Amino acid sequence: MSNTLSFTRNPQLNHQGELQHLLSIEGLPREIIERILDTAAPFTLVAEREVKKVPLLRGKSVFNLFFENSTRTRTTFEIAAKRLSADVINLNINTSSAAKGETLLDTVDNLAAMQADMFVVRHAASGAPYLIAQHLAASGRKHIHVVNAGDGRHAHPTQGLLDMYTIRHYKKDFSQLTVAIVGDILHSRVARSQIHGLTTLGVPEVRVIAPRTLLPTGVERMGVRVFTDMQEGLRGADVVMMLRLQNERMQGALLPSSQEYFKSYGLTPEKLALAKPDAIVMHPGPMNRGVEIDSSVADGSQAVILPQVSFGIAVRMAVMAMLGGGSQ
Amino acid sequence: MTKTMKLHIKGGRLIDPANGIDKRSDLFIADGLIVGAGDTPPKGFEASSTLDATGCIVCPGLVDLCARLREPGFEYKATLQSEMAAAVAGGVTRLSCPPDTDPPLDEPGLVQMLTHRARLPGFATVHPVGALTVQLAGERLVEMAELFDAGCVAFEQASRSIVDTQVLLRAMQYAATFDFPIWLQAQDSFLSRKGVAHDGEVAARLGLVGIPVAAETIALATILHLAQETGARVHIRRISSAAALEMLVAARASGINATCDVTINHLHLTDADIGYFNPHARLDPPLRSSRDRDALRAGLCSGAIDALCSDHTPVDDDGKQVPFEEAEPGATGLELLLPLCLKWAQETKLPLLTALARVTTGPAKILGRHEATLSVGQAADVCVFDPKAMAMVCRENLKSQGRNTPFLGVELPGRVRYTLIDGVLAYDAGLS
Amino acid sequence: MNLPDAEQLLTALTAQLKPTVNTNTALLGIHTGGVWLAERLHTNLQLSIPIGAMDVAFYRDDYHQRGLQGNTRSSHIPFAVDGANVIIVDDVLYTGRTIRAAMNELFDHGRPTSVQLAVLVDRGGRELPIRADYCAHTTSLPASQMLALERSDNGHLSLRVLEK
Repeated sequence: MSNTLSFTRNPQLNHQGELQHLLSIEGLPREIIERILDTAAPFTLVAEREVKKVPLLRGKSVFNLFFENSTRTRTTFEIAAKRLSADVINLNINTSSAAKGETLLDTVDNLAAMQADMFVVRHAASGAPYLIAQHLAASGRKHIHVVNAGDGRHAHPTQGLLDMYTIRHYKKDFSQLTVAIVGDILHSRVARSQIHGLTTLGVPEVRVIAPRTLLPTGVERMGVRVFTDMQEGLRGADVVMMLRLQNERMQGALLPSSQEYFKSYGLTPEKLALAKPDAIVMHPGPMNRGVEIDSSVADGSQAVILPQVSFGIAVRMAVMAMLGGGSQ
Repeated sequence: MTKTMKLHIKGGRLIDPANGIDKRSDLFIADGLIVGAGDTPPKGFEASSTLDATGCIVCPGLVDLCARLREPGFEYKATLQSEMAAAVAGGVTRLSCPPDTDPPLDEPGLVQMLTHRARLPGFATVHPVGALTVQLAGERLVEMAELFDAGCVAFEQASRSIVDTQVLLRAMQYAATFDFPIWLQAQDSFLSRKGVAHDGEVAARLGLVGIPVAAETIALATILHLAQETGARVHIRRISSAAALEMLVAARASGINATCDVTINHLHLTDADIGYFNPHARLDPPLRSSRDRDALRAGLCSGAIDALCSDHTPVDDDGKQVPFEEAEPGATGLELLLPLCLKWAQETKLPLLTALARVTTGPAKILGRHEATLSVGQAADVCVFDPKAMAMVCRENLKSQGRNTPFLGVELPGRVRYTLIDGVLAYDAGLS
Repeated sequence: MNLPDAEQLLTALTAQLKPTVNTNTALLGIHTGGVWLAERLHTNLQLSIPIGAMDVAFYRDDYHQRGLQGNTRSSHIPFAVDGANVIIVDDVLYTGRTIRAAMNELFDHGRPTSVQLAVLVDRGGRELPIRADYCAHTTSLPASQMLALERSDNGHLSLRVLEK
């Protein structure tokens, strides 16, 4: 391949500054984020109708390219695309072509030749969807859109956007909020997307709460306040966003045990009582009850974890609808 | 052109760092040796050929302490033929190649074969660096004396560290016995495990696994302690952080025998140049912060860093057109060594005499095989270049088979006009 | 061109609708002008079923050319569409494409007994076989002009011609 890829331009906006791909919340202007949230609102009602479908993406092919398995995320994208009337093709690449040694870009070229209109990409390597977007641009296939469904530790923008939608739904205004993100910030693409979303939307106080082993170096430069004491970090919070702690992190040198983690960083009713009385509790799922969150909190009145899931479909519909229309 | 020819390099500005010379002067070459410099030829000299160097700088051929030729074992990435063409196109007349070939350079036969294959007219002189341990595995010592006799100038581990400090101590003791130099990249293998970028703000933001500066300083501390203990001559390769440089300077002040080099990439770039996951910026060691970069630039100016090297690593597209963290580290560099040295000199307002010393006398001293000067009687390894010509780095113009560098699309100063090796015209820009 | 007074047209439209509406009549306004009119007609005609509001953005046939334009509002239909006598209300009838989109969306909410169309102005230029059942004014405008309904702060309606 002789095309020179460009890595200096933000590939998710076109030259008119409109959304071309959704790769990360970082670098998205506030107006675009707000427009996505605004557009998601009417989609929430589509699910309540007799016919849960609108014809926007009729005749379009959406490829769910999952290089890393995630049935849940793939399903939410699949539902969103189908509710927009798109044809959805699911590919779990880790079990097919990657094993045969095909490169990522070869896979992309092959699927592009099958007249794909949109790629929803999940990959274990940070930045993989960027490479795909850069490759599509360099090879003149600008009509194909890329949606990042989670890349390594880097970003999970639709999760971040649905979290912003949820906060706006319950709290209306971002400008007075204190938001605490609790858990494995180091390995979490969700946390990074949440931080960019919250800071771009003007939340004055974004806190991250974690033991030092789960905090990336220089995280405070992303515009957050770092707390290692959960009690202190939760005090006065309007929103508590819990992160999932992967089982494999509980072995080795990051954490001594899940019991000790729960003791220090698990969300219990007692700790939640330190936040504002009307604070909401969020979690991207799937939850580890008794590890990062106590069941009574997960099922309690302040939890908005299930609404997050419904809003997630609408937000993904909004993103795909905004990308899929117009012929540039 | 043969060695019996008498060559007159006319009208150039002669810069010879070894002798502190920077003046307009012609240069006269006969039988492969420098025979005179000045306005008039030595007695009885009759040029059989004249090279016009008007507007150009005439300096000793460049010496590159680290250029991977990829032979044996990785001929699909590069060959001796392609990389030698790149060397002379970059004005490099002498280079040392690290032992990370396949198989690694851990046996005299392999070293002899390589030097034999590289000993052709018009090729830069190749000085292999032998593996310090068998298979670079960090467990058993190689036959250092045998390898030295076969042509190795030093011993190193390429980018692999010796995890077992007992082995490292023994290697240094043994090398010190014969006064063989040991070249080491300071990188703790545990702290750099799975790391792909400097552990800082950029890695945090992009979700890349970081390599902390401590990976370099801890390994360096170990090396320096053992060097002091054993009296071994150590050269630190590819220094990457301000903290490591500070340690090295302090160690030297306390009498430890240690030199170091920096790569063209680390001299100019920082982790911010990863941009949107540019695989070309995937390098080993990782590009660090701007504070580190600035310290390295100052260190090279002051001489605290002895040499600038290209760290030439041809990587094919299959190794680069993959997500950043899966990309093979390394970048092509032989043809960028001079331009990036000149760019650094311009930006730091450093006299060319000093700047060129870092790619001629500085590395030559570490190699310990020649002097890299234009003194009368020396082998005529000469580089003639136009310092004002600007050229864009693009894949098509690179002679190296490795077409990947973070400088693609960047305009750089300096264009090599002629390269002479032992008085033989090895490169003529007008003909290529 | 002399534009007719929108308030007078609304009175005329109310009069046209009056004989046919009954307790099973549901008004469905199309954003934005159609919703304003539906609200006023609902009051004028003293209807009991609350009005519906519809944004047809998800059903427009120019989506593939132009994408989603501007801010999309939610379609809100507070009555059971099944069995209703729906009157779609819009300010200006032009190509007929908006009404096509509205009917498609309506049927995704249920199966109405009947669907009729009421507009303030029919400006000609139809591209689909669609006509209004109730129309207060008919005129002909060149394609270069856009006819828009506006509402002042005190709720007064007026028409305006805009050059494209």
